[in-house]
Amino acid sequence: MFGLLPVSIAAGSVSPLPALLAFSAAPMAHLSLLDMVVIAVYFGMVIWIGFYLKGRSNTSEEFFMAGREMTAWIAGLSFVSANLGSLELMGWAGSAYQYGILATHWYWIGAIPAMLFLGLVMMPFYYVSKTHSVPGYLFLRYGEHARVLAAVSFALEMILMSGVNMFAMAVVMKIVLGWSLTFSIVVSACAVTLYVALGGLRSAIFNEVLQFVLIWGGALLVPILGLYQAGGWSGLKTQIIKNVGTDSYFHMWRDTGHFAANPMGTHWTGIVLGLGFVISFGYWTTDFLVVQRVLAAHNLRAARMAPIIGSFFKMAVPFIVILPGLLGLVLLQNPDKSPMKLVGEDVVKSCTVNASADKIADPSGCAIAMSTKSNLSAAYQAKVLTGAPGTELHSYNDALPLMMVRYLGPGLLGLGITALIAGFMSGMAGNISAFSTVWTYDIYKPLINKKGSDSHYVLVGRLSILIGVAVSIGAGYLVQHAHGIMDYVQALFSFFIAPLLGAILMGMFWKRATAPAGFLGLLIGIVSSVSMFVWVKLDHAALGIVALYPDATDMAANLYRAWWAFSITVLVIFLVSLVTKPKPVSELDGLVYGATVLAKEEWVPFHKRVWVWALLAVCIFAALNIMFW
Amino acid sequence: MHGSGIQIWFFIGVLLLIYGVLILGYGIFELATGSYPVGVQLTNLHTPIWWGGLLTALGVLYCVKFRPGRA
Repeated sequence: MFGLLPVSIAAGSVSPLPALLAFSAAPMAHLSLLDMVVIAVYFGMVIWIGFYLKGRSNTSEEFFMAGREMTAWIAGLSFVSANLGSLELMGWAGSAYQYGILATHWYWIGAIPAMLFLGLVMMPFYYVSKTHSVPGYLFLRYGEHARVLAAVSFALEMILMSGVNMFAMAVVMKIVLGWSLTFSIVVSACAVTLYVALGGLRSAIFNEVLQFVLIWGGALLVPILGLYQAGGWSGLKTQIIKNVGTDSYFHMWRDTGHFAANPMGTHWTGIVLGLGFVISFGYWTTDFLVVQRVLAAHNLRAARMAPIIGSFFKMAVPFIVILPGLLGLVLLQNPDKSPMKLVGEDVVKSCTVNASADKIADPSGCAIAMSTKSNLSAAYQAKVLTGAPGTELHSYNDALPLMMVRYLGPGLLGLGITALIAGFMSGMAGNISAFSTVWTYDIYKPLINKKGSDSHYVLVGRLSILIGVAVSIGAGYLVQHAHGIMDYVQALFSFFIAPLLGAILMGMFWKRATAPAGFLGLLIGIVSSVSMFVWVKLDHAALGIVALYPDATDMAANLYRAWWAFSITVLVIFLVSLVTKPKPVSELDGLVYGATVLAKEEWVPFHKRVWVWALLAVCIFAALNIMFW
Repeated sequence: MHGSGIQIWFFIGVLLLIYGVLILGYGIFELATGSYPVGVQLTNLHTPIWWGGLLTALGVLYCVKFRPGRA
């Protein structure tokens, strides 16, 4: 779920959450008894669901694939919810504060075309092949080597991501509420282990749907009340233009003709090719974490409809994520009622307060960071340096929690915090359930024990959840004590996503692609992606080659690196396939476009047809992009 | 979800109903006593009352429509 995180949180940037941990400011909010009751009710509910579903998760098909009996609505909500974790919510609200409405690209062009493509074109192959996982599809198409490479890298990534998620939640709870890290980690790990180990994928999916409702119930009030206070959309626009002196914050495409013309420092080619095609298609169509939700649908039509239903909700998410960030630009205030200005994580880190002395630990470093990397007034900078009460610095990622604290009183604040906790926990549950499936089906079964009984594999799946959570906790504490590791853990994701997309698209749409070509393409694509990342880290001038612009932001570099890694994978698969022997077409039935005769779907009324809803989604998507051009 | 048993929508209904009642109850208490939380903006809109009421209504609707055993 980290694939589409903003650069302040995603791979290759400054160390965000550990940096925040070092900043020992007072908590943003104090929960009332009512808030605590609201949170406790949520925990009670998820554990009830876990115990209730235990009796319905006895076979491997039930435990790992939720019995393949989810409706299109449940699979669709779960599909979109798997990418609606709290880090995404907080990170993108912060990005909207920094970059304006440009951040919406990650919700629209960075998701909608790929989701529709999955539903309309790719889903039949995943579903008809009856694979249990994306590495499983690679096995059917390219053989064991490609499967093992994809499965091992995915399993490792899921475990580490789960640890990062757990630690991130603990840090957010510490900052917002002052809770201890260990308390948050232990409570969340126990709850997730209990409900996933009991109910398997079905339990994870139920909780994702629950989380989706909670996020809307807990976060929707912020933009509603914020817009009311800002004088509506036109009032918000007027105030932002007055404050920042430009209307670039309200245009998604107009200023992307040159890297320097927009606050994100990117170009429309990077947005379209890197984000809109490679990263988005890679994440939404090949990342098993999200694809697993759709594979659990009860028939092919539901599986195709699920991502299309999800696309409508995805288009609406900026209302509760991007809008609060924009509102924060004009509404957030310091305790002395002066306008609050959020700063980057690096500035917050430089101005860490020494808790024992209650002073800035490095005043000169803090002064330099504030003067060069923030637009705080000189008077406010002086106040920060003297440690005056109420002058704590907040980062961009705090925009959403700060807006919640501003508008939500007892009960409602508990609901908002519960939504954040639910987002983190369902993210962890998604990581762990996907890990369990890939470990059991793609690593344990083919490599360790091919002849186990069905109940044996369910037991292995349950045990892998326990072990996976234990390793995740270890990873979480490792992150806590080794600042910077989290960035590289998150970078892992970006190394695999583009090559995997190249391998799957070539395998699914080109009959001539061969098994050695698939494996080599995947391997060389991953190596090239890692190499580009390391190259830019070691020699910043390499950015001019990788991202086509020497001053490109990390965000832009990620987009272009993905594009090159994808292109290299496709090229390698193409060239190696030409000199190796392909499988007979008869062996490609159900796996490759042009070699598969898909069963005709049952007749349904016009308004229930998949393409009708996809067309409607395309129209809304186009209208939104034109409206905010 | 297909098949028998409790549907996810019923669980959601129960959760919304509990939250709605708690938040609505607090909103009524707030209105009756006139004690509003310090630092929270727009308390004059009595958000807990209408938001809690909305959650309660949705919770009741989902609990009734998706109650276990309903054909």
